[in-house]
Amino acid sequence: MIQPPHQNIDKDWFLEHHIMMHRIRAFEETAARANQDKLVLGAIHLSIGQEAIASGVCKNLMKEDFLLSTHRGHGHTLAKGADPEAMMLELLGRRGGICKGKGGSMHIADASVGMLGANGVVAANINIATGAAHAIKLKRETNISCCIFGDGAINRGPFLEGLNWSGVFNLPVLFVCENNGFASTTRTDAMTSGEGAAARARSMGITATEVDGNDIVSVDEITREYIAKIRNGNGPHLISFNTYRLHGHTASDPASYRPAAEVEAAWKEDPIERCSKLLSRLGISREILNEHRKIALAEMEGVYKTAKEAPWPNEDNAFSDVQDLGDPREGAF
Amino acid sequence: MVKMTYAEAAKLALAEEMRRDPLVWAIGEDLGRGGVFGQYLGLLDEFGPERISDAPISESAIMGASVGAAMAGTRPVVEMRFADFALCAVDELINQAAKARYMLGGQVKVPMVIREPIGMWRSSAAQHSQSLESWYTHIPGLVVAVPSTPADNRGLLKTAIRSDDPVVYLEHKNIWGYEGDVPEDETLIPFGKGRLEKEGNDITIVSWSAQMHIAANAATLLQAEGISAELIDLRTLWPWDRQMVFDSVEKTGRLLITHESVSVGGFGAEIAATVAEQLFSVLKSPITRCAAPRVPISYAPPLEDKIRVSSEQIVEAARKSITVSAGFK
Repeated sequence: MIQPPHQNIDKDWFLEHHIMMHRIRAFEETAARANQDKLVLGAIHLSIGQEAIASGVCKNLMKEDFLLSTHRGHGHTLAKGADPEAMMLELLGRRGGICKGKGGSMHIADASVGMLGANGVVAANINIATGAAHAIKLKRETNISCCIFGDGAINRGPFLEGLNWSGVFNLPVLFVCENNGFASTTRTDAMTSGEGAAARARSMGITATEVDGNDIVSVDEITREYIAKIRNGNGPHLISFNTYRLHGHTASDPASYRPAAEVEAAWKEDPIERCSKLLSRLGISREILNEHRKIALAEMEGVYKTAKEAPWPNEDNAFSDVQDLGDPREGAF
Repeated sequence: MVKMTYAEAAKLALAEEMRRDPLVWAIGEDLGRGGVFGQYLGLLDEFGPERISDAPISESAIMGASVGAAMAGTRPVVEMRFADFALCAVDELINQAAKARYMLGGQVKVPMVIREPIGMWRSSAAQHSQSLESWYTHIPGLVVAVPSTPADNRGLLKTAIRSDDPVVYLEHKNIWGYEGDVPEDETLIPFGKGRLEKEGNDITIVSWSAQMHIAANAATLLQAEGISAELIDLRTLWPWDRQMVFDSVEKTGRLLITHESVSVGGFGAEIAATVAEQLFSVLKSPITRCAAPRVPISYAPPLEDKIRVSSEQIVEAARKSITVSAGFK
């Protein structure tokens, strides 16, 4: 695993990461509560413990860069610049939801900031992100495409097909594997032959790096370095970030299939706390750092309140955005 | 009018659209050398390897990358070689392409054409012969086109390429070489407009794709017996021209639907049900379907032929429809 030297750390930059990570965590905690309150229905997948990857990767992307995410995609979407209120409205299925109440948690998206969608199907986003990069190349544009997927995705065919494709066409795409140890509720290593995402990428001629995904500095530096290379026409790259999913597969999964001691140990590697320690060492007071958490919680509390009070979507929305064939309720359609 | 084949008409349509719009490009296995059926022959020379692009044998990536490329502002024309192979990319078409626009609340569109050659030709057995058009009509978000003539193949493919939604474009392998008149000027054929192949008064026959030609032959045979069949070629199955079918059935009082694909759950069932719901009182006899038995397609010619729906079978069914009418009403 690569550990960059971490010299000349830009405090302000990492303070922004610290704020974003807290916002993601507060969003996830609030979404979990809304799920318990039975206001967020269906399954939601929390990214608690993986915030450094979302913030570290997305802060180095431009608005014009495309991002494709997974079912565990709230953090990525927020970090890419989406409005948490419109996201929470979507999670609650209310008017003003970012997908008009048609997608919910697993299809969260904000095309206005290049976020082209979370996805309910594991690995499906790999080919889509690769294709978005293909379009960039055809159009001779300078943005890139970024695909975040989990370690479970590397056992599906699109991982092979998409990575091979990206290499064959030398596409501007960054593959980000969040290796959180679990594929749904099964340990990924028990179901994975060989050395994992990076090794598989290298076997296809795609350069790859393995990084501590809970160290915001490493995530930030490595991502920035490879994004610059991709933007310069060097073709695809894969970064596998090692992390740990601190909660269950879904918000309602107690994850009792793993020992408490393992989870306890993982909490000691909490990426936000590690970032706080770093910033403390750099002279930022604990008071300021704690304030980030408070502000984030207050922001998401406000967002939740707004969403709870919002009306349901107009029921006609059920029949729009299907295809350009007129109202599906009428006549031949 | 210009004479050209079904394959040439499609090639002309693609070339015209690629000249008109630089965002249109084609991707698929073996396109550089002209495609499996030569339907892309010569296009590489004009448009180069980026826009007439070869692809690895990666159906999932061909379909999935095209979804991403469509969302990101280009208009891919996706060649799947055989409809059967498109089944390797069902998630990408059904879960992704068809639903992205809706799931994301209209934030994106997926303008792509998925060309899937369908149908029986000769001795290609169960994985190179299927007609799965009815599957796709079941999926909200997809347009399903089934052209049967060179003129329609040109006009419909152009409309499909200009569509902002995914279009499953099913060309029939057995009629690539079928010649017909194609208008000299650029004629776009809208989705959901059928074509009256033959006028008649006694029975309405509805068909599409290559089966339409078999039905046309049946209509000629029926005419010789004094039975006047009206033949409708639907051209697209979603949307489908309900009005044309209704108007015809109101006139004839009888309906026969024929398609090459399996009868069970075939699109003929949808047409029959719709007409029964809407026009039961005008029917003079039960609605009839002539379609394939629910068995895989065989290899040996005599076995394969057992699965084909012949003109003679259609004639027989039409005769029966006419004769049972007395007891029906």
